[in-house]
Amino acid sequence: MSTPGDGPLDVLLRGGDPAAAAGHEDHPPRMGFFTDTSLCIGCKACEVACKEWNGVPEDGLNWTGMSHDNTGGLSANTWRHVSFVEQRAPLGLHESGFQREEDSFRWLMSSDVCKHCTDAACLDVCPTGAIFRTEFGTVVVQEDICNGCGYCVPACPYGVLDKREDDGRIFKCTLCYDRLGVGQEPACAKACPTDSIQFGPLDELRERAAGRVGELHEAGVVEARLYGEDPADGVGGDGAFFLLLDEPEVYGLPPDPVVTTRDLPDMWKRVGLAAGALLAGAVVSFAGARR
Amino acid sequence: MSGAEVTRDGLGGVRPGRDARSWSGGDGARSARAPKDHPGGSYYGKPIIKPPVWAESDIAGYLFAGGLAGASSILAAGGDLSGRPRLARDCKLCATAAIGVSLVALIHDLGRPARFLNMLRVFKPTSPMSVGVWILAAYAPLTIASAAGDVLGIAPRSARAAGLGAGVLGAGVASYTAALIANTAVPAWHGGYRELPFLFVGSAAAAGAGFALAAAPLAENAPAQRMAVLGAAAELAAEQLMERRLGMVAEALHEETAGRRLRAAKALTLAGGVGAATVAQRNRLGAVLSGVALLTGSALTRFGLFAAGMASARDPKFTVEPQRERLDRQEVANPTR
Repeated sequence: MSTPGDGPLDVLLRGGDPAAAAGHEDHPPRMGFFTDTSLCIGCKACEVACKEWNGVPEDGLNWTGMSHDNTGGLSANTWRHVSFVEQRAPLGLHESGFQREEDSFRWLMSSDVCKHCTDAACLDVCPTGAIFRTEFGTVVVQEDICNGCGYCVPACPYGVLDKREDDGRIFKCTLCYDRLGVGQEPACAKACPTDSIQFGPLDELRERAAGRVGELHEAGVVEARLYGEDPADGVGGDGAFFLLLDEPEVYGLPPDPVVTTRDLPDMWKRVGLAAGALLAGAVVSFAGARR
Repeated sequence: MSGAEVTRDGLGGVRPGRDARSWSGGDGARSARAPKDHPGGSYYGKPIIKPPVWAESDIAGYLFAGGLAGASSILAAGGDLSGRPRLARDCKLCATAAIGVSLVALIHDLGRPARFLNMLRVFKPTSPMSVGVWILAAYAPLTIASAAGDVLGIAPRSARAAGLGAGVLGAGVASYTAALIANTAVPAWHGGYRELPFLFVGSAAAAGAGFALAAAPLAENAPAQRMAVLGAAAELAAEQLMERRLGMVAEALHEETAGRRLRAAKALTLAGGVGAATVAQRNRLGAVLSGVALLTGSALTRFGLFAAGMASARDPKFTVEPQRERLDRQEVANPTR
């Protein structure tokens, strides 16, 4: 089960080393993304680089009417997704001397991606073993094993995994498992021109992110907050976490995601009780029934 | 800005169609933690989680057929043990047909049906689907063997043993599907995980007993009448408790398709249960009508809950609001966080 306990040691173990928990001995450090949305300029180079490198099919050449967002959200064919939020709110910029105007307009941009959770619901529920934990602590779907049962799709608390309809299988970000294997950074991070997408060992990224939030707060951007960096959260912390400038749901992220399998031991207990009740009900129905 | 007024409902200004719509912003004087003005509590009202990609006819159909099969096997085993041969045979045949339909539906729903056997590569207790596949792998052959033995009159002792095994495993088949759908991020399913197993076995018992009432002779139907009453009562009670626990998410069970189906399901289950306790004991027509009402009620319960889950996944408010409430409660309990 994903989360055997909630003690500090359990949380540390869970948040720290999912690769070892999955049986990788002598593995490299856990790698991940820190996406600093305060630096995102909405260029979508990440979306393009991801598609190019991973051979992800075109995802519909549509005008959605959602600001400059024409991919809509993460899907089987969109593994990086840049959201655009237009707000009448003080600008979230932090250049020294920048004057906030009460009636100004701001544009939030954020490149979303699979979170590579410490406690990954998709991995827990996959009945074929197609989804596995890599030596880098990331979560990958093996295309040669997935049979498209679709269980991971509603299991993901972030709505990341999706079925490719003309293919039948499930696809998502692999954190460029092939590139990591040869010491390269993922395509999206490589292509990001502002370093909004930062790739590296998760420990380092968490430190860097904490520093960045401090900087922004000092500069007066009080709304800056980290999302998914806390190993004590409902998914044991994300391998890909974010710096946001508004509430998570504004970006289409759940405010307090919890891995569904956390409640599974209780579910099994109740399933057992219900099955027993059904058999007991049958015994009662037969015993003493008139002839 | 061009001077047009931006509101959450769109534009109110001088250049309709030329300005940005505000989905989140508001007056700038708010604190960073103030609640935001965003329709549906989310990004352009889009879902936060992905609704299941399961076809309703396959998966809701399986939830019903699997429950019917499991409960029928239990009734068949009871019929064998208590010397009610026609009840036993009818229920064995029903279980065989229902589990056959179930297997076809489950394989048909896969994106790659030819890879069905990949399910048998692993056994994972963290995946109710994996556990279910292994239960079915044991249950389906036993069910078919017991029906074949009964109908063909071969290997009676082995067939009887197979029937008893199918009866015990039938309780698993009828109940694990609650964990199957509850073990997701779908608000209406996960939120009801405490009551769903009892709702599902109640619905299964009502369906299996409903079939027996409609099919088996009156003289052998007393156990089915009792089981129908117990099942209907359990289903209705569990659903009431679940709706109370779901809070605002219960709205997904009351509106549109899900609401229509679940209201009809409750009425039919209630009618079938009352019928089983009264007219079903007196004449054949009463038994058939009660049985059909119970079967239809059980099917509508499964299809209604499936639709409710889909609706709760599609509307981001069902994901955001309970999580927000949880966070607010934590903040009250532990303000330093």
